[in-house]
Amino acid sequence: MSLFHVIGFGWNLVLTLCYWFVSLVFSMNGEVMTTKSLLGDGEQIMMKLLEVIAECTFARYTERTAFERPLTSGVAYAVRVLHSERKEFEKQHGWSIKRMDTLEQTPVHKDNEYDRDGLEPSPVQVEYAPVIFAQDTIAHVISVDMLSGKEDRENVLRARESGKGVLTAPFKLLKTNRLGVIKTFAVYKTDLPSNATPNERIQATDGYLGGVLDIESLVEKLLQQLASKQTILVNVYDTTNISHPISMYVSNVSSDGVERVSSLNFGDPFRRHEMRCRFKQKPPWPWLAITTSTGILIIALLIGQIFHATINRIAKVERDYDEMMMLKKRAEDADVAKSQFLATVSHEIRTPMNGVLGMLHMLMDTNLDVTQQDYVSTAQASGKALVSLINEVLDQAKIESGKLELEAVCFDVRATLDEVLSLFSGKSQEKGVELAVYISDKVPNVLIGDPGRFRQIITNLVGNSIKFTEKGHIFVTVHLVEEVIESDEEIKIESLLKSTLSGLPVADKRQSWRSFVCFNQEGSTSFPSSSLDQINLMVSVEDTGVGIPLDAQSRIFTPFMQVGPSIARIHGGTGIGLSISKCLVQLMKGEIGFVSLPKIGSTFTFTAIFTNVCNNWNEKKSQQISNQSNSVSLDFHGMRALIVDPRTVRARVAQYYMKRLGVHTEVVSDLNHGLSYLRTDNGITNMILIEQEVWDTDLGKSSPFVKNLRKINASVSPKLFILANSINSSGAGVSANGFPTPFVIMKPLRASMLAASLQRAMGVGNKGNSTNGELSGLSLSKLLQGRKILIVDDNNVNLRVAAAALKKYGADVVCTDSGKKALTFLQPPHQFDACFMDIQMPEMDGFEATKRIREMESNINSCIQFGQLGPEAYGNVSSWKVPILAMTADVIQATNEECQKCGMDGYVSKPFEAEQLYQEVSRFFHIKPNQNT
Amino acid sequence: METNNIHHLRRQVANLRQSLFDQGYVDEQFIELEELQDDATPNFVEEVVTLFCKDSARLIHIIDQTLENHPVDFAKLDNYMYQFKGSSSSIGAKKVKTKCTQFMEYCRAENVEGCKRTFQQLKEEYTTLRRKLEIYFQYARQVGPTETASCTQSKSVN
Repeated sequence: MSLFHVIGFGWNLVLTLCYWFVSLVFSMNGEVMTTKSLLGDGEQIMMKLLEVIAECTFARYTERTAFERPLTSGVAYAVRVLHSERKEFEKQHGWSIKRMDTLEQTPVHKDNEYDRDGLEPSPVQVEYAPVIFAQDTIAHVISVDMLSGKEDRENVLRARESGKGVLTAPFKLLKTNRLGVIKTFAVYKTDLPSNATPNERIQATDGYLGGVLDIESLVEKLLQQLASKQTILVNVYDTTNISHPISMYVSNVSSDGVERVSSLNFGDPFRRHEMRCRFKQKPPWPWLAITTSTGILIIALLIGQIFHATINRIAKVERDYDEMMMLKKRAEDADVAKSQFLATVSHEIRTPMNGVLGMLHMLMDTNLDVTQQDYVSTAQASGKALVSLINEVLDQAKIESGKLELEAVCFDVRATLDEVLSLFSGKSQEKGVELAVYISDKVPNVLIGDPGRFRQIITNLVGNSIKFTEKGHIFVTVHLVEEVIESDEEIKIESLLKSTLSGLPVADKRQSWRSFVCFNQEGSTSFPSSSLDQINLMVSVEDTGVGIPLDAQSRIFTPFMQVGPSIARIHGGTGIGLSISKCLVQLMKGEIGFVSLPKIGSTFTFTAIFTNVCNNWNEKKSQQISNQSNSVSLDFHGMRALIVDPRTVRARVAQYYMKRLGVHTEVVSDLNHGLSYLRTDNGITNMILIEQEVWDTDLGKSSPFVKNLRKINASVSPKLFILANSINSSGAGVSANGFPTPFVIMKPLRASMLAASLQRAMGVGNKGNSTNGELSGLSLSKLLQGRKILIVDDNNVNLRVAAAALKKYGADVVCTDSGKKALTFLQPPHQFDACFMDIQMPEMDGFEATKRIREMESNINSCIQFGQLGPEAYGNVSSWKVPILAMTADVIQATNEECQKCGMDGYVSKPFEAEQLYQEVSRFFHIKPNQNT
Repeated sequence: METNNIHHLRRQVANLRQSLFDQGYVDEQFIELEELQDDATPNFVEEVVTLFCKDSARLIHIIDQTLENHPVDFAKLDNYMYQFKGSSSSIGAKKVKTKCTQFMEYCRAENVEGCKRTFQQLKEEYTTLRRKLEIYFQYARQVGPTETASCTQSKSVN
């Protein structure tokens, strides 16, 4: 593109130059013309004076007026003299008419050095034209006959015939050796009309005026006027004879180049002259234009270069970007593939491991000697460790590949935490580390969330704490987030008092949530507050362990990172637990943080958001769940207890558990206070819980205390309990003088364990609460024994398998393969206790079928209610509502809501899992346990 | 000698069974099935597998036809494949089930080519599984004389 610009510019330049040149030449031409006319004018004026002036006068005059004719080197006047007048003329002037014959060339006779006297007198002619007057410069021509010279004669003759000025051909002036021409005008005696014939003109001729024109100086002068002599080379030719142009003015510098030819008119129509102009040298470069164009060219090139570079760069960046994207995708794919691989491998390992563990378990039941037993139990322990490791890896892989989804089911927070405690109770007792849980009253009993994962997080944290704590305590607290914020001050005071669970200093847990986003945002509006349906829990796990070295704290949540390689050797573990916990916390829309002081301990805190139980259905369900877990609590309702513990935090834990059992509590700091409380208190105190520490140290007081206790209230003696921490001190029952040994309750406290201990001691009715769900297979058999169950599935294979599974538990199974048939089966009255319904079926799917069944049932129910139908016809059942459970392969597909919407009672996964089946079935079968058996 | 032979056979059957698991043809659900087998239903596993084969043969036939139709009815395909998937997961036919899932994904993406390709693979997986199970049951029958039914019955249907 820039090249075109340059070419275009070049064209402009050339055109401009041409224009300049042409205009120059034209203007030059004009100058020549003007000069000529001036010359002419001057000479015409002279003619009038001719007759009256003398030779010297003429010479003087012409000399003085020479400035008017700058181009003529001399002016002369010749008169026409006929031969008849010659004698008289010669006599009159005193010289004879001479001829210029010796030299053919005219200029010779104009030379000053030429001897006029040496010339021969003119031969006899018809007429003569001797010069009578001449300017001083050419005074030598006086008396010379103009008609005797060939050129001059022609000139003179033509001049008088035409009445116009005529020019001779150029010839060399001898004196100056320059080219010159003579211009000749005829002078007539009378005024002639313009159309006079040549003859008339000849007759009227009086004389001739001639001017010598020095062509070279003429042109030079002109060129000087133009001030461009240096640059323009001008050649002037006489081209009267076209084939042999006579050069009149030649610039001596030769140069090639294009010639510009223009004709010159010196006023003589007979002679033709032309001027050929060319530049002396190559025209000077128009530097400005060249610079500009070069500049523009460079700029254009630069811009082009920039564009080019930019485009290249963009292309490169794009290429790089594509490449990066490809690499990124590959890396991501690889990551996913890795996770999937891990998931698959873990899964694949789990399957045979289950076989190994099962076999080991069975092997343990056989007759083995002690050594064998030991080997087997070791193998089993290793196997279990391996499985748990695999599970962890599987979790990590699942989380990484985004496959982990949280459940949303109702669960009891307190029971969940108790389970965690049970898990670690052995270990903590072994180590003598006090393990306790405290859950704030404001935390609802039942929440909706993923209890398994919630438990996993806490288990992870507590597990870590247990690993690294040799003395002191591990304390798990659960609060609502806003509660923590509000009571921030209180906690501060508490920690100032150093009143921790075991009395050992701990890391300030407030530091652990310093970095939490929800706390950093000012104002309580911004953090996800526990509204009606959202519960934001904060769980802290505080220990008095070795703490985490400062340099390792930054990578604590990185998978497979442990504090040091030696840790793995001492404590085992993969270092994956915290990373999983963090992921899980994030899945629960919470945050996790920690603070750790080496040699003092660590505190991990995390938040998690759960859904509150709000609607009716959930309430009912939550009731069931809390009933299940709190079934024992009713036994102790309304009882009163006294807790003797100097440490408020620890006392609060005990209080919390007693409260869960429905027991009212009072706390006193030592036994004396206890006694005084018992004396003043008018109510009945059923039990006294004494911290082992108090009992042991106040050994001197304890026996009097027991004695005094008897005195106060002999009728209802409060039972004594000792809250013991480690196994070795369980022999606390230093039986004081035959008094019954106080019952020892081993920490960590758990609701069920506490209740059981209290029951044992108090003798409160234990009506066989054995439904712990452990033996789900067995319980399933109990639940399902003799039940008549309808299975609806269009898939024969599924039908067969489901039927077999249910039959195994003793159920009486009827199968049908479509929703429509199910309708006829379930048309009341019928004998079915439950219906398992596949959701996706052709014609009528499970939801639709359930809806119809419910409609059918409600119709009949209302009919019975209004007495339109006798209940007898419907098996004396006044309200028909058969429990319908959805069977589904995809748990996601059948969410609770959908099942509920169409009136289903729940769902089970297909193929059946005993645990889940039990959970679901027990919901509606335990209500009438004795009806069918 | 006879007992030795039986012993050898037993081991072979056990090996065959284990290879089914090792090569990923069946998963835990197959064990569940075996657990459901008791004195009352001595050849429960084989019965169910036979059912599965019959069912599968029928479904494969239908799906083949549906795939040939223009335009392909993806809803129908999805429905059939759901049944296939259900029965495969019921007997724990792991590889077949995986293919079913894959097929359903293609089906939901309305990718005919993917469906056809996957279905081809599915058929191969199914055929392999059926052959393996046939051999397994054949040996199993020799060991346990009570077992009679076989998957071979379904051959003609295909």
